[in-house]
Order: sequence, then C-alpha cells, then structure tokens
Amino acid sequence: MDFDLSDEQKMLAEQARGLLAERTPYDHLRKLIDGGAEWDEALWRELGAMGFLGANIPEAHGGLGMTELDLGVISQELGRANAAVPFFSSIVLAADAIRLAGSAAQQAEWLPKLASGEVVACFASAEGPGPVLGPGTVLAQGKLTGTKQPVADAGIASLAVVQVGEGLALVRLDQPGVTRTRLDSFDQLRAHYRIDFAGAEAEAMPGQGVLPTLLDRAAVQAAFEAVGGSEACQQMGLGYVKDRQMFGRPLASYQAIKHKLADVAVAIELAKSNAYFGGWAAEASPADLPAAAAAARLTAIKAFELAARENLQVHGGIGYTFEANCHFYYRRERMLAVIVGNRGYWANRLLNAQPGAQGKAA
Amino acid sequence: MDFNDTPAEAAFRAEAQSWLAAHAPAHEMPVGIKLEDTDEAARGRAWMRELYNGGWSGLTFPKALGGRGLSGIEAVIFAEEEGKYHLPKGPFTSIGTGMALPVIAKHGTDEQRARFIEPTLKGDLTWCQLFSEPAAGSDLAALRTKAVRADDGSGDWIINGQKVWSSWAHLTDWGILVVRTDPTVPKHKGLTFFVVDMKTPGIETRPIRQISGMKEFNETFLTDVRIPDANRLGAVGEGWACCMTVLMGERLGSGAHRSGVEPLLDLAARTPAGDGSTMLDDKALRLALADALAEEQGERFFQARLRTMVSKGENPGALAGMIKLAYAGRQQRVLGLGMELRGLDAIAADPADSFTPDLQYDYIYSTVMRIAGGADEVLRNQIAERVLGMPGEVRMDKDIPFEQLK
Repeated sequence: MDFDLSDEQKMLAEQARGLLAERTPYDHLRKLIDGGAEWDEALWRELGAMGFLGANIPEAHGGLGMTELDLGVISQELGRANAAVPFFSSIVLAADAIRLAGSAAQQAEWLPKLASGEVVACFASAEGPGPVLGPGTVLAQGKLTGTKQPVADAGIASLAVVQVGEGLALVRLDQPGVTRTRLDSFDQLRAHYRIDFAGAEAEAMPGQGVLPTLLDRAAVQAAFEAVGGSEACQQMGLGYVKDRQMFGRPLASYQAIKHKLADVAVAIELAKSNAYFGGWAAEASPADLPAAAAAARLTAIKAFELAARENLQVHGGIGYTFEANCHFYYRRERMLAVIVGNRGYWANRLLNAQPGAQGKAA
Repeated sequence: MDFNDTPAEAAFRAEAQSWLAAHAPAHEMPVGIKLEDTDEAARGRAWMRELYNGGWSGLTFPKALGGRGLSGIEAVIFAEEEGKYHLPKGPFTSIGTGMALPVIAKHGTDEQRARFIEPTLKGDLTWCQLFSEPAAGSDLAALRTKAVRADDGSGDWIINGQKVWSSWAHLTDWGILVVRTDPTVPKHKGLTFFVVDMKTPGIETRPIRQISGMKEFNETFLTDVRIPDANRLGAVGEGWACCMTVLMGERLGSGAHRSGVEPLLDLAARTPAGDGSTMLDDKALRLALADALAEEQGERFFQARLRTMVSKGENPGALAGMIKLAYAGRQQRVLGLGMELRGLDAIAADPADSFTPDLQYDYIYSTVMRIAGGADEVLRNQIAERVLGMPGEVRMDKDIPFEQLK
C-alpha cells in the first residue's frame, strides 16, 4: 500500500502553489472586488499556458491526460489561493460533462479550447432555490427554453453546458435567444448570473445518465478545493494567534484557542484523506466512487466550515474588517458547501452505496 | 497512490492468511457468550503460544530479541488478517506485547531482556500496567506511590502506595510500575521504573465496580512491597523516560479499532418507524449516520496515510492522536444515536431484542475511550503543540521540588 501523493504530484502542487502565491496575494483579491471584476483573466491565461487547465483532459484533445488525483492537487491549490478563476465551472464541470456525455465531434470541437483556456464554459443546472439540478428547462427540436440561475462565471463564458432533465445540452451564449443578467454574488470573487433561454439554439449531448457520475467527480474536486481553503484558514489563524499578545502572553497559548485549532486540524486531515481516496477511486476503482465522493464531500464541507468560521473567530474584531483576509474564505466556503448538491443529497448518496442500507427516503 | 499490496506485501499477506486459516479457527471465541475472566485470559495465553510457535509473535521486535524484525507495515497486514477472526485478544496479553516489551527492550539490561522477553512472546508471562493513581491520571507525573531503599543493605526497594485502573491486574503475572524515588526534585525527575511480580507479598488487587457493571479494572494497593534492585528498569530517576516509551506504544495501539457506524445501519433497517418504513428512512437520522460514516471513512484513509509514513520509516508522532481523538468522540455520539433510534426500547429492552443490550453496554463503555490512553483534552493539547507548533501549557509545577507542590 502507498497512500500518499507521488513525488510528481507533490511537485505539481508546489508549482501551482508557487505561481498562485505570487499572482494572487490578498491585496490583489481586494482590488478585483473593488473593481467589480468578473474574474482574474491574466491568471486564467497563465494557468492555461502552463497546462493546468488541461490537466485531466485527454492528450488527444489537447490536454495533459493526467488523473483526477492530479486535478485534485490543482483544485486544492486554487482553493488555498481563493483564486478568482472559472476552473470549477469550465474544467471540473463543463469539460468533464463533455467528456462523459459529448459526441466525438462535440469533444473534438470543445475540449481543446477548454483545455487551453481559450474558451470558458459555464455549467447551468439550478433554477433558483432548491435542488442543484433544476426541473423546468425544456429542449425541443433543438430549441432551449427556460431559466437557469444562479450560474457561476456565465458572464465570461461563451459556452454553457445546460442540464435539461436527466440530460445535458450545449448552448453558445452569444446568440439572440440567450439573455444573461448579473446577480449579486455572495462569493465576491466568482460572478454569478441568471440565464434566460428563449428558444435558444442548443445541441443535446448523446450521453445519458451521466449526471450522478459527473456530480461525484465534481464533488471530489470541490472537496480538494475546500481542503485547500481550510488549510489556508488554518495557517492564517495560526499565524495570527501566535503573533497576537493578550494578557501578557500569546493568544496561541490559551487552551480554548489550542483546542479549537486542534479540532480544525483533525477535520482537515479526515477530509483530505477522503479527498485522496476519492481522487484515486475516480480512476482506479469507479465502483467505489459514489461512496468515496460522498464521504469526501461531507467531511470537506465540515472541515471548511469549521476552519473558515474559527479562523474569523480567533481573529476577533479585526476578522470582521475587509482589510483582514478571513472574509474571502468565509464567503467561498458557503459557495462550496452548496455547489454540487447539499448535505442531504450526499448523505443519501453515501448511505445508498452501503450494502443493504438503501432507505426509501433516498 | 496505490491501495494494493506491493508484491512483497501480498506474499506476506498470503503467508499470514494461510497460517491463520490453519490455526486461528480453533482459538476463536464463542459469540454472544460472556466468558469468565479466567477463561478469557487462559485463551489469550494459548493464542499467544500458538503465535509464538508459528513464528508470528513479536513481528516488529528485533530478531536478536526473539522477534521477527519485520517492518510496521507487515505488522499492520498481520493485524488486519488476524482481525478477521474472533480471537482472544485483549489487555491481558496486549499490555505485555504493546507496553512491557517495548520498555524492557529499550531500557532493560541484557539480563532483563533474556528473562522477560521470550516468556512474554510465548504467552507464559502476562502483564498489567501500574501507572495511574487516584491523584495522577492525565498528570501522571504527579504520582505519589513511594519507593525507598530497604535499610538492610540488600539494595531492595520498599514500595508503598495505590495504583488504579490496572486492567486485569488480578489475573496477570507481572506488572510494569512507576513510582517516586525522590520527592526533593521536580516531579518528572524523581521517578523510577520497575517490573514487579504480582505474587509479591503486600500487593492486593481489588476490582473496581464500574458504571457498566463489569469489573475488568482494578485498584492495586502496595503495602511494604519489596522489589529487588535487579527488577529496576533504567536508572534511578529515569522513570519518566520509560513511561514515555510505554505511552507512545499505547497511543499507536489505541488507533486500531473496529468500525462503529455500519452496524447501526443494520440496526436502523431492523427498527420500525411506525408507518411501515424503518428508521433507516428517517431523514434526520440518515444525515447524522452519513456524517459519522463519512468521518469513519476519512479516518480509515487517514490511518492508511499514517501507515504509509510508517512503511517509509517516518514517525507519525502526534498525528496518531488525531485518529484516537476523532474515533472516541464519534463512537460516543454514534452509540447515543443508536439508542435513540431504538426508541424507548433502548432503556428497557424487550427480552427478545438481542441488539439493544450490546448497544447499552457499548454506549456506557464509549466513555472509557475518551479518557484512557490519552484523554480528549490531552490529545488536543498534543496536536496543538506538536503538530501546529503552538505554545505549551503554562505550568505551575515547573522546577519546583515535588514535595513543595500543593
């Protein structure tokens, strides 16, 4: 047994971490927010040039043909940096959907452009409050009608992968039947949109029944991203409490603070271990993927919410200011918590994967 | 990353499987019957003897000392395979192999090693741990049991005091014992470590009536117990270092355990919800069970990461405490949930209900895991200090002679 990242994966992580640390200091994130930016375009171009965007896209389609675990390593670093890029939308969801459900022609047309970053795609599924897969969009005779919202990164995307019932369709966004309206986004570093489709030209993808698997694979990546964010919160909190003096000694010397951060550390290790297994199972043991993805998802939500909340808490009042850096993660965490289905969905996914434990409530 | 055994590991596993298939079934414990303590301990010795004869005792122990000299990962593989049988394993033998042997091997003289190690590996010698005292638990170095030299020039030590939570002390042959030999120095510096024959006059063990109704723990009174100096391990005043050797073994040992959540899924599926469905359909319960199951899986893979570290020769250190901390708290939470899902039957079970009594016992016993082998709070401190590099606790007893402490 060897349950550790390979030396190559560790190098990949270092490379991504180094680049992101240099390009996205927190002041840079503040500038993006203050400027109302849709995204960090320069960073996206650089990630594309370095091959990160095409990491798990097959070589035949212009990617590097690496594994889900390699992609996870990158997701973790993007989570750590709280980067303002549409990686999850365009690569983790849209490109993967095209790989799983697209025709050979659709894959050949889109995957190389997504791998290079030249085209950004968004993933449109929710229809307002409620489940992540919305019920009301209709595709008939190549025309799509309905409203999807919120859709992350739709403003910068030229292509949408749209969930229609249990299937998926491709829609070019620069056409008359599509109206995009920007929404106020709780995560200030990821723009969200409402998209109205009024008989827009759409192309169904032939693959059927891929949505559960697509969500499983995305859940593993979301878990990696959450682990990266959690680790950033942990480091930020630790740095602050070691520095801050209170009643004549470091804040870090108080047991109430030590125990909080010890609990955060345990939650992170459990989530990270599940994420590793999910990344491994996605390639090596697909039968284990549903349970692995669900466990990764549930523990990652738990770790990131604890880490983001306690990081702000140990900062005290300064943590509530825009000048401090806790808020980036405090907001991103909630987005990751709901991004590919809530806890109830993943609880059922996990229990239903246990032999003999399929409840009716699923 | 690869979950499969390497060829060498697979060969070792196959060897273990075939040996166990031939020898383990005869030693399996009857299911659903509570054995007498004496019977259980005797079966434990017999299994140790079988392991020794087959060459499976002391796997990670150096060859020169009678062990196999194998790596940690091989010990893990054997434990996994052995765990597939319901064998008589428990404190009555594991305190010897997991605590007494490491400390004797590390701190003992050649003569002591020759005298104790092989008989322990064979199951001829079993051990108990005489560490905790009524006023020394998590703060073990506060212990008060006292040893002074006999005034007859023999070099023997005379011990007086009281130990507590000594599992199976009434049925084991020898004990590992830490006592205070010098109260005039700060508390960690005045301790000395001994091994003691439990048949020595002056040792009296009394069972403790526990909240579970069981009596596997004892308190042990030592009154003018005479121990020859030849049974001292390490130098006078070096008892704390010996304790650390023992406690590291306890921490790693405490990480190994059986699954807690999966049986509850079965239990939920067997418990009616009143509307024709079962408790497994209860949405709130599903969320709680799934959370616990997800954590349990994370812990299994975290364990795998730590084993990978061990197989590469790294020491997980305080990271191992994370597993125990996560497990113990979750176990109590989940067993409490298990009682709730049974409804009022959890409090007074129908005589035909064979599940609930175990659940009741396990729920009571789950308190032990949060205290023994490093209490939750101690583990959190260790994680904060050794993993996260946070400052140590402010200490009121530092550099003050033990006898001047309040």
